[in-house]
Amino acid sequence: MNLTLKIWRQSGPSDKGGMATYPIEGVSDDMSFLEMLDVLNEGLIAEGEEPVAFDSDCREGICGTCGVMINGEAHGPERTTTCQLHMRSFRDGDEIVIEPWRADAFPVIKDLVVDRGAFDRIIQSGGYISANTGSAPDAHATPVPKDQADRAFMAAECISCGACVAACPNGSASLFMGAKITHLGEFPQGQPERDARVQSMSAQHDAEGFGGCTNLGECTRACPKGIPLNVISQMNGDLLRSLRHGR
Amino acid sequence: MNAPLIEGLYREGEPIADSAAPDVPIDRMWTQRQFDAKLVNPANRRKLDVIIVGTGLAGASAGATLGEAGYNVKSFCYQDSPRRAHSIAAQGGINAAKNYKGDGDSIYRLFYDTTKGGDYRSRESNTYRLAEVSADIIDQCVAQGVPFAREYGGLLDNRSFGGVQVSRTFYARGQTGQQLLIGAYQALERQIGAGTVKMYSRHEMLELIVIDDGAGPRARGIIARDMVTGEIETHLADAVVLASGGYGNVYFLSTNAMGCNVTASWRAHRKGAYFANPCYTQIHPTCIPVSGDHQSKLTLMSESLRNDGRIWVPKRIEDCEKDPREIPTEDRDYYLERLYPAFGNLVPRDIASRQAKNMCDEGRGVGPKVGDFRRGVYLDFRDAIERLGEDAVRNKYGNLFDMYKQITGEDPYQVPMRIYPAVHYTMGGLWVDYDLQSSIPGLFVTGEANFSDHGANRLGASALMQGLADGYFVLPNTIRNYLADGPYEPIDPTHPAVIEAQDSVESRIQMLLGISGERSVDSFHKELGHIMWEYCGMERTEEGLRKAIDLIRSLREEFWRNVRVLGSADTLNQSLEKAGRVADFLELGELMCIDALHRRESCGGHFRAESQTEDGEALRNDDEFLYVGGWEWGGEGESPVLHKETLSYKFIELKQRSYK
Amino acid sequence: MATSTISAGTRPRTSSIVLKTVMAVTGLIFLGFILAHMYGNLMIFGGEEQFNEYAHHLRTFGSPMLPEGGFLWVMRVTLLVSLVLHVASAVTLWRRAGSARTKGYYQRKGQWARFVKNSMRWGGVAIFIFVIFHLLHFTTHTINIGGSYDNPADRLVASFEQWWAVLIYLFAVVALGMHLLHGVWSAGMTLGLNTSLEAAERLRLAAILVASVVVVGFAAPPVAILLGLIP
Ligand SMILES: Cc1cc2nc3c(=O)[nH]c(=O)nc-3n(C[C@H](O)[C@H](O)[C@H](O)COP(=O)(O)OP(=O)(O)OC[C@H]3O[C@@H](n4cnc5c(N)ncnc54)[C@H](O)[C@@H]3O)c2cc1C
Ligand code: HEM
Ligand code: HEM
Ligand code: SF4
Ligand code: F3S
Ligand code: FES
Repeated sequence: MNLTLKIWRQSGPSDKGGMATYPIEGVSDDMSFLEMLDVLNEGLIAEGEEPVAFDSDCREGICGTCGVMINGEAHGPERTTTCQLHMRSFRDGDEIVIEPWRADAFPVIKDLVVDRGAFDRIIQSGGYISANTGSAPDAHATPVPKDQADRAFMAAECISCGACVAACPNGSASLFMGAKITHLGEFPQGQPERDARVQSMSAQHDAEGFGGCTNLGECTRACPKGIPLNVISQMNGDLLRSLRHGR
Repeated sequence: MNAPLIEGLYREGEPIADSAAPDVPIDRMWTQRQFDAKLVNPANRRKLDVIIVGTGLAGASAGATLGEAGYNVKSFCYQDSPRRAHSIAAQGGINAAKNYKGDGDSIYRLFYDTTKGGDYRSRESNTYRLAEVSADIIDQCVAQGVPFAREYGGLLDNRSFGGVQVSRTFYARGQTGQQLLIGAYQALERQIGAGTVKMYSRHEMLELIVIDDGAGPRARGIIARDMVTGEIETHLADAVVLASGGYGNVYFLSTNAMGCNVTASWRAHRKGAYFANPCYTQIHPTCIPVSGDHQSKLTLMSESLRNDGRIWVPKRIEDCEKDPREIPTEDRDYYLERLYPAFGNLVPRDIASRQAKNMCDEGRGVGPKVGDFRRGVYLDFRDAIERLGEDAVRNKYGNLFDMYKQITGEDPYQVPMRIYPAVHYTMGGLWVDYDLQSSIPGLFVTGEANFSDHGANRLGASALMQGLADGYFVLPNTIRNYLADGPYEPIDPTHPAVIEAQDSVESRIQMLLGISGERSVDSFHKELGHIMWEYCGMERTEEGLRKAIDLIRSLREEFWRNVRVLGSADTLNQSLEKAGRVADFLELGELMCIDALHRRESCGGHFRAESQTEDGEALRNDDEFLYVGGWEWGGEGESPVLHKETLSYKFIELKQRSYK
Repeated sequence: MATSTISAGTRPRTSSIVLKTVMAVTGLIFLGFILAHMYGNLMIFGGEEQFNEYAHHLRTFGSPMLPEGGFLWVMRVTLLVSLVLHVASAVTLWRRAGSARTKGYYQRKGQWARFVKNSMRWGGVAIFIFVIFHLLHFTTHTINIGGSYDNPADRLVASFEQWWAVLIYLFAVVALGMHLLHGVWSAGMTLGLNTSLEAAERLRLAAILVASVVVVGFAAPPVAILLGLIP
């Protein structure tokens, strides 16, 4: 099929940037979206134009590196990652608009590549359980009820891709944070630090410049891992609980 | 180097020995080593700098543990976040000799299975230690909140994996790697927050700094490129740890992530670190086949599919284009069941892979033609669906079926899946001793980047185990023995060796940008991958390998003459990054072929057509090749030098593998 | 040795989540008032007598413990403080969200969510303006519609015999309904009540129910009066 691509080009963090239009021919159904961009880039290189920069690594939907806005939707029209989106989701003659994640906490580095370091700093502020190496008791010392373990797993599926932020009209990272807080909060091991964790992480969230959540639910629709909104509610509840505990 | 040139390709040097393992019975060795290793006073730890390149399971766990201990750690990865290291992609599980199922598992049995699985080409002492610390890994991960699968009683669940007879594999649905890595990553972030670890993401190590301070050469730092600003940075330290993963991407198409590379290891190799067994590559039988020239990577489908799916190809070449549902059972060749009646579809990875290739080479492959060749065999669930019902199959494999459908657009409940083998793991890597120290003092290598624990073939669910064993438990104990003699002489950033390293990195970048030839980096990478897959893939022959060496040499020559890298050095430049990696692959590929050529036996992932039994099975040659081949860089344009480390099996009896 | 555990650095008093909680609590206080007010308004269907009695009762509620009009004042102060907190939080969050994405998208889907976002903000402002108008109308009697009456029921009936007055009120009530449609759901989320997929469904239903009741309950008297159903 033949397509018209409208892609955001920005040569560096301080460049103003703008949309550029590229026709592309001979795209096959079996290509992944990123392979289609690879083909575009090979063509650009042949013409002596700098290829479009975009992030990807595993290309199997698990590392969370890839991610662009496609026709106004984070990761495009299907609930999956950009690398797992295939061209059979498009029709011959389509125009496809491709933009980077937009959030001030995710500054653009180049073209479609953004800096998601804010996510790491949120985890740094408390997204962990303090367990020094070698000091752990036997794994069976603390059984975990299966429903709790399952809910923790569901939340732990987050791949830190940032689609939730990109999709949220408020630029909030609440789904990402809620997922981590729910994951760790479901485990007995996560209890001692539960109050401090939610306080510290939510303070860092705001300090990074993410917006507050007004429960609009776009994030969960964009999330390739289907993290549900109840993790946000869990986080809110945990924060209130921690304040009641007088921290 | 005066040793004679062997086969026109390499020379032989002094044999090597692993000098760090204490000479005590194997079950006391690790305790003894931990006791013997010198201690570092907590107050001194702050003064000791350790660089860790890589934040996969091996690197992140080491960074977190050394940070906790109080050393000054600098951690590097090329991704935008340490959590994205390729370990994240591992699906199946992680082994540990916990014996929670009470089915007779033990440290010795895990050691035995791993050694046998490696076709007796691994070092006993290391493999035993791996089994020994495996149980601690699970405890550590659970304490961190890794959400392993649990039973209704609240205890951890296990499954059996990769043809062993006990259930010792811990798993977190199909994303064990992601969950383990997040655990290690969070522990690492905790230390970053505490200030003991400084993280350098989007930084690529491009050179190792080796300095002789009078007591012989030591690894003292690295040169890294900030991939956002292009700045070339010098980082100095008392010790350097490489945890930079495997080099399967030399084949272009593999299950590895796009960025996986050999650069860190290769640069160290060029500075004197021996590269051991480079030709040992694992090819995984159940991957989604290539669909066209545009393909950028291959996707693994869990091996568990072979439990219920039946593998076949049409008996007649004419049938290959037919709709598989219209081919009656009597016209199908269930070749694994035919050739290996005892194991059937569950033969080990190397055998399943090789036979699939044989079928396709006979022209009986299925699926679309790529080039003029069909690469695929059917993995059919028709009988399973009839026997168990569609719902039962969905329960067991639903997510894998969905993934398959997402990628291929075909519904595996209706039409048989198509699978084909793909490069998956590299057992070879930098040579290390029992302390995980390479042949350059002060340079330690962990995880997939070293060669140590899997011999010629890796058993499923054991790479994750090795990465975490190395990072949490082994390295922190062995590196202290080295650091106890530090802090080493401070290095002046203007030391000639530092300047030389900086200059070489910078001039290489300028050179790549300056060639402005005709061909893109990817086109070279694809061509290299093609050569490697054809001649140094599942089956290798003397003739093919010689041809490959010639082809690689001329491709390398063309690369440095005709590659086109656009853009500049001082911004994010993905072509430039790729170009550097491909340049190193072009050197590694040749060494892999030389190694494969010199090892005239079939063992594990290395099948030499000249060394097979009458019925076409791998034939090992313990008399001549019971050694680790450690290759030393011979110098630019010079032949490599082989150092052999003889393997001795004292605690396990050598046997021939058979799956008939 | 660095055996750090999490230390909550800054106390998150003004964290977005705390502000959201303030909005939820004050919003629910409003909701309580609104429901009671609506109930009172419906008294008009019981006839002029009953409505006037209700208006009087409102002033003597709690007596003799509270002085005449005391309850009313307690309520007014609560509402006023709530309003200040609600609006202050809304404005702060609004500003934060505004600076969280200063560069927008070229193309964007998810119009509904953005409509909801904007309708909460501008709808809130509209309600605020309406309430001022409404106070001038019914409480301070500064604005007189359809003539000036001292008897509450007469005032009411006279006002809503004017079609445009009914229109203004209907507009406000719809704005309020929309505010509550999202607001009740949102308050439940903020207070941690959405704990599962089923709980989410319940919360959505509760929001729809509350919003519909409020819209119908408030719209009924003016519409009935306009149609001449109430003498
Ligand atoms: C699809 C797939 C499935 C698998 N499933 C299983 C399984 O079920 N069980 C199992 O046991 N094993 C499995 N494996 C194997 C296993 O995942 C890997 O062997 C293991 O995770 C490697 O870990 P590592 O820490 O050594 O390296 P990696 O996780 O690859 O990490 C390498 C790190 O080094 C960094 N790096 C590399 N080069 C540079 C450089 N030049 N400069 C700076 N940083 C650099 C990277 O940024 C990264 O952080 C699987 C592998 C694949 C590909
Ligand atoms: C159509 C519907 C409405 C009618 C008929 C109505 C009627 C009245 C009347 C008669 C009073 C005066 C009560 C008194 O002082 O004795 C009053 C007061 C008030 N109304 Fe309404 N109202 C309506 C809608 C609303 C709405 C939608 C709101 C808020 C969003 C609202 C908020 C108030 C407030 C705050 C007061 C002042 C209470 C006080 O402090 O005395 N009203 N209303
Ligand atoms: C100037 C006036 C007002 C403004 C600017 C305003 C604005 C807002 C905003 C921005 C929200 C957050 C929406 C969200 O979370 O998605 C909100 C929530 C809410 N508002 Fe208002 N509002 C105003 C008046 C009112 C009034 C008069 C009521 C009473 C009926 C009310 C009831 C609520 C409720 C119940 C919520 C839900 C709380 C929550 O989100 O957690 N608001 N308001
Ligand atoms: S919550 Fe979902 S969308 Fe957000 S970062 Fe995680 S996986 Fe991506
Ligand atoms: S879209 Fe945004 S407003 Fe909240 S519910 Fe999701 S973070
Ligand atoms: S590239 Fe890893 S999730 Fe897309």
